[in-house]
Amino acid sequence: MADLSMEIAGLKLKNPVMVASGTFGHGEEYSELIDLRKLGAIVTKSITVSPREGNPPPRIVETPAGMLNSIGLENDGLKKFIEEHLPFLAKFKTPVIANIAGETQKEFEELASTLSKERQVKALEVNISCPNVEHGGMQFGCSPVGTEEVVRAVRAATDMPLIVKLSPNVTDITEIAKKAKDSGADVISLINTVMGMAIDAETRRPRINRIVAGLSGPAIKPIALRMVWQVAQSIKLPVIGIGGIMNARDALEFFIAGASAVQIGTANFVDTQASIKTIEGINEYLDRKGIKDIKGLIGTLNK
Amino acid sequence: MHSDLKYGKMNLMIQEKARIVEHQQIAPNYYKLTLLSHYISSNTLPGQFIEIRVCDFTVCPLLRRPFSIHGTNKDKKTIEILYEVVGLGTEVLTKHQIGQELDILGPLGNGFTIKKKGKIAILVSGGMGVAPLKALAEHIKAPARYVFMGCKKMDQVVCEKDFSKLGFEVQVATENGSAGKKGLVTDILNGFIDSAQPSELNEINIYACGPKAMLKAVSEIAQQKKLNCQISMEAYMACGIGACKGCAVKTTKGMKMVCKDGPVFPAQEIIWPI
Ligand SMILES: Cc1cc2nc3c(=O)[nH]c(=O)nc-3n(C[C@H](O)[C@H](O)[C@H](O)COP(=O)(O)OP(=O)(O)OC[C@H]3O[C@@H](n4cnc5c(N)ncnc54)[C@H](O)[C@@H]3O)c2cc1C
Ligand SMILES: Cc1cc2nc3c(=O)[nH]c(=O)nc-3n(C[C@H](O)[C@H](O)[C@H](O)COP(=O)(O)O)c2cc1C
Ligand code: FES
Repeated sequence: MADLSMEIAGLKLKNPVMVASGTFGHGEEYSELIDLRKLGAIVTKSITVSPREGNPPPRIVETPAGMLNSIGLENDGLKKFIEEHLPFLAKFKTPVIANIAGETQKEFEELASTLSKERQVKALEVNISCPNVEHGGMQFGCSPVGTEEVVRAVRAATDMPLIVKLSPNVTDITEIAKKAKDSGADVISLINTVMGMAIDAETRRPRINRIVAGLSGPAIKPIALRMVWQVAQSIKLPVIGIGGIMNARDALEFFIAGASAVQIGTANFVDTQASIKTIEGINEYLDRKGIKDIKGLIGTLNK
Repeated sequence: MHSDLKYGKMNLMIQEKARIVEHQQIAPNYYKLTLLSHYISSNTLPGQFIEIRVCDFTVCPLLRRPFSIHGTNKDKKTIEILYEVVGLGTEVLTKHQIGQELDILGPLGNGFTIKKKGKIAILVSGGMGVAPLKALAEHIKAPARYVFMGCKKMDQVVCEKDFSKLGFEVQVATENGSAGKKGLVTDILNGFIDSAQPSELNEINIYACGPKAMLKAVSEIAQQKKLNCQISMEAYMACGIGACKGCAVKTTKGMKMVCKDGPVFPAQEIIWPI
C-alpha cells in the first residue's frame, strides 16, 4: 500500500481522487451505489445564490468519445444547499469542496462568505469557467481582468483553501492562471468543458437547445493534459487535473504532467465505480513501480 | 377512498454484470434481450428502466443507453429488454451473444401508478413504446382492458399475443395500412372515446408510451375529455440517476428529470412542446 494522502494548500485528503462538479450532484444519488467515504473529496454541483432552473432541453448529446452539455447550472440555490444537501454530505466525513458560481462579483462574495462559515465545507472551488450561462461563468474566466475581479473578491471573503477552476476556451491558459495566483488563488483546477457544437443534418437543427455547449469526456483528455502541464510548469501552485479521466491510467498521466490531485467527471456516468476503481488502480501502479508515495510521481515527466 | 398502487421509488438501484441468456431478432431491426439478474428481476416496478453499457472496452459509444424493462421472470431470475436498432449504441448491442455479460445499472426511475379506480384500462403504444407497456399489462386488473398499438408497418407489430394472453383486446394501426387500421393510433383512441357512453369516460385510465408527437397527441385528447392519463417520456440521458440534470423536461411543477422524477408523468403535467 503506497501512501496516497495529500495536502493541498491546507486541504487534507486521504487520497487525491475527487469527483468533479456537476457530474455527481450533491452525492445523494451516488451514495446508493458507491461508498462516498472512499473518495478523496466531493466537489458539489455549482451552487448559485438563488435557485436556477437551468437551460431548456435538450441539454446533452453524445459525440465521438465525449458528450456535450448545456445544463445551465441548474441547482437549488445556496440556502437549500446549506439546509439540505450539506448535512447529508457531512455524514460521510469526506471533505466537501463547495463549487460556487456567481453572476456578479457581489454574488461570488456572498457565496464565499456564507459557505466559509460552514464547518463541513473544507475548500471553495470558484467556477469562472461555465460555458452555458448568459451572465458570469466563462465571461469572467476568459479574461485576466475578469479573473482578477472575482478571485480578489472571493479571497477577501474567505480564509479557506481557494481553488480557481479555469476554462480551456482561452488563448493562453498560463496568463489566466498567473492572474488567478496573483489575485489570491491557492490552487488551480482545470479544465472545465471545451466549447463545442453538434448538428442533426436530417433536421438541420442543433442537437442542444442553446446551440453551443461544453464538451467533456475522453475526447478532451489531451487538451486537459496539455493545459495542466503548461500551468504546472508556469506557476508554483498546486494543480488539480480534470478532463476525460476514465481510469487510473488516465489519472496517472495527469500526476506525471504535474497535477497534485485529479477529478473524475463524465466517467461517473459511464461507470458509477470509476472513481473507486481509479483510486485502487493508482495504488496498484505505485506498488508495481516501487513508488512509496504518490507525491513522488507529481511532475515527473521524462523528457 | 381508493388506494392506488403508487409505484414510487422504493427499490435501490445497483450496477452489476448481467449474463445474456437469450438474444434474438424478433422483427426487422427489433431484438429481444434476456439478462440474468437476481436482484432486478425481483425488485422492479412496471415502467422502470435500466441503463446498459453497450461496450465496456472502448469509449465510443461512451454513455450508457436507457431501456425499459419489458418483462421479468422471478423464477428464472431474468429480465427482458425489447429494443430497436436506431444508431451506433443499439447496433453494437446486437453483437453481444448468449453467455456474454453486460454492465447494467438499475432499476431506475419511477414506474406507472396503477389506478384502482376505473373499470377501463387503455394502453396506448407507439413503436417501441410497447416495451414497458407489456410489463405494465401484467399488473392491470381492470375488467375492461385494451391495447391500442401504433406502428409504421406490419412487421413492427410485436407483442400482440402477450397482450391477448393477458386478456387485453388489441387494436392495431399502421401508417401504411399493412396491418390493422391505416392511420395513427390516436385515431383508434379517438374512435373509442367518441363511441363511449359519457358514464364510461370516468372509468377510463390511459397509460401511454411512444414517440413525443404521439404522447403529445394522446395527452391533448386526455385533457380535452378530462381522462386520467399517464405517459412514459423519453429523453437523452447520461447518468440515469438524477445527478447530471441532463434529461430535463418542462412541467407545470418546474423542471423535472425524466430519469429520476419520471419516466412516467401525469400527462397534464408536461408542458409541450418539449
Ligand atoms: C426511459 C427510457 C426508456 C427507453 N426504453 C427503450 C426500449 O425499451 N427500447 C428501445 O428500443 N429504446 C428505448 N429507449 C430509447 C433508447 O434509449 C435509444 O433508442 C438508444 O439510446 C439509442 O442509442 P443509439 O446509440 O443506438 O442511437 P444514437 O446513435 O445515440 O441515436 C440515434 C437516433 O436515436 C435518437 N435517440 C438517441 N437516444 C434517444 C433517446 N434516449 N430517446 C429517444 N431518441 C433517442 C437520436 O436522437 C438519434 O436520432 C428508451 C429511452 C428512455 C429514455
Ligand atoms: C453534465 C455536466 C455538468 C457539469 N456541471 C458543472 C458545474 O456545475 N460546475 C463546474 O464547475 N463544472 C461543471 N462541469 C464540468 C466538469 O466538472 C468537468 O470540469 C468537465 O466535465 C471535464 O471533466 P470530464 O471530462 O472528466 O467530465 C459539468 C460537466 C458535465 C458533463
Ligand atoms: S440522466 Fe442525469 S439527471 Fe437524468
